[in-house]
Amino acid sequence: MTALLTLARRELAGHFFSLRGYVIMAGVQLLLGASLLTVVYLLNGLAYDLPFTEKFPQTEFFWLVLLMVAPVITMRTFAHEKASGTFETLMTTPVSDIQVVMAKFIGSYVFFLIAFLPTVIYPFLLEHYAHEALKVDPGAVWSLALGIGLYGAFFMALGCFASSLTRSQIVAAVLTFAVGTGLFILGYLADLRPTEVQWWHHLVQHISMLRHMQDFSTGIVDSRHVMFYLSLTAVFLFFTLKSLESRRWK
Amino acid sequence: MAETKPDTPPMIEVNHLTKYYGGRPAIQDLSFTVPHGEIVGFLGPNGAGKSTTMRILAGFLSATEGTARVAGHDVATDSEAVRRRVGFMPENNPLHDDMRVREYLKFRARLKGLDRPTSRDRVEDVVEQFDLGQVQGRMIGELSKGFRQRVGLADALVHEPEILILDEPTIGLDPHQIRTVRQHIKELGKNHTVLISSHILPEVEVTCSRLLIFHEGTVVANNTPRGLEQSLGGHHRITVELQAPQDALHEAWEEMAEIEHHRILPAEGDFSRCALTPRDGEDLRPRVSALARARGWPLRELTRERHTLEDIFVHITREDDD
Repeated sequence: MTALLTLARRELAGHFFSLRGYVIMAGVQLLLGASLLTVVYLLNGLAYDLPFTEKFPQTEFFWLVLLMVAPVITMRTFAHEKASGTFETLMTTPVSDIQVVMAKFIGSYVFFLIAFLPTVIYPFLLEHYAHEALKVDPGAVWSLALGIGLYGAFFMALGCFASSLTRSQIVAAVLTFAVGTGLFILGYLADLRPTEVQWWHHLVQHISMLRHMQDFSTGIVDSRHVMFYLSLTAVFLFFTLKSLESRRWK
Repeated sequence: MAETKPDTPPMIEVNHLTKYYGGRPAIQDLSFTVPHGEIVGFLGPNGAGKSTTMRILAGFLSATEGTARVAGHDVATDSEAVRRRVGFMPENNPLHDDMRVREYLKFRARLKGLDRPTSRDRVEDVVEQFDLGQVQGRMIGELSKGFRQRVGLADALVHEPEILILDEPTIGLDPHQIRTVRQHIKELGKNHTVLISSHILPEVEVTCSRLLIFHEGTVVANNTPRGLEQSLGGHHRITVELQAPQDALHEAWEEMAEIEHHRILPAEGDFSRCALTPRDGEDLRPRVSALARARGWPLRELTRERHTLEDIFVHITREDDD
């Protein structure tokens, strides 16, 4: 347990040893802030049928930031240690493989949460400064935060796995981005209106991240969605563990 | 092994160890033992299997076949116990460049399972032991190679391991730094079993009490440096430069029964340069200098040829071929 915490703390602190962590946090907030302003400007004076908490997660800006940030945070986790050789000094301490995987994941995930934390106050800021007709439902805000948190867990696990496969950070980043974005795009197929419904229509209905986020943003916490992200997180952490163990039987 | 007392098991026990990398064997059917408290040199050219063996003993890799025990624990089934007892410094001494020296050592100590007060004390100890006080607040990435090496050694030692495994600890250092590291290793050898690897013979023969010679994935010799010398003894030639008539020299060497073969060449001045091959590995130098004194011949050089790694490889691999 001590080793896990020590390692997770270093993993998190590693983001702040150089400018990297600050640049990522600033980038996330700058882009989300700019998106917020744009949305507010576009909606200004218009009667709109959706509450803001529901509208914002449907914009392209929001997803752009979400899909870009995962590879940037996780690409270093294993690839950098393998390239620099510190992977060897790490794996020859009396730390188990699963502790290493969990520490890398926790370090990345906590950083992800820190980077997105200020976003929670956006709706309340709007409420404070906008016309009194604008009312924010705190329940919807929290369920949206839960949605982003679950999404983050899955993407950090995916990123750790990609990073464990290679010693190149670029390869790890591209892999994470491609798989994550691919899955996101697949969700768009759910909007097709086919003449004949086939089995894969049902499948894409279930994996559409856009729809999941829509539910979360309206305050619906569907246990199917929660399980979807939690199980994917577990699966990719398991893959990461196997990838680490592969050095023994390769 | 003759030196091992029956009541203490050997520190390292390797039995028929084989490791394949993608179908190619890096080491093949490797067997050797290392007793407690020795400084052991893994000697061999690049790609002979030294690093692979060290990585298996340090618990980083698993062998394809065979077993290895370190301090009585099996590296495959009891890896964590092995890693707790081993201090490992891999090739090129990788460190976290973005951490400060003291912070890094503290992190490593905690990672190796020391509690907070113990880790504080141990970091204090190793900082003093390796004279890192003046750089303890500096970023590791900014340190010179000599200091980096000392940080690596301090890390390997911070959890008080029984055995130290150092892969090429002096590579890339200048002669002064090499001497410092060598001194540290000798010092460590007093209380630890130390394994170091090198592809340079003089590098290991001055520090090590035992040499394991690697050749194409197997250990071809496991002996003390003296024992190795003796096994090659017949080849120790003496070179001597004397000022004396060539006939007299010729006669003198013929008379000396210990000399199997001699050759005389004229040298600068009135000197002659003689190459003498002893009959059974005996050191001829005392005899030769006594002779020169007795006859009143001025003597300006008397050297015993040293074996190089090449000699050893040629000798050993030739024996294998026969």
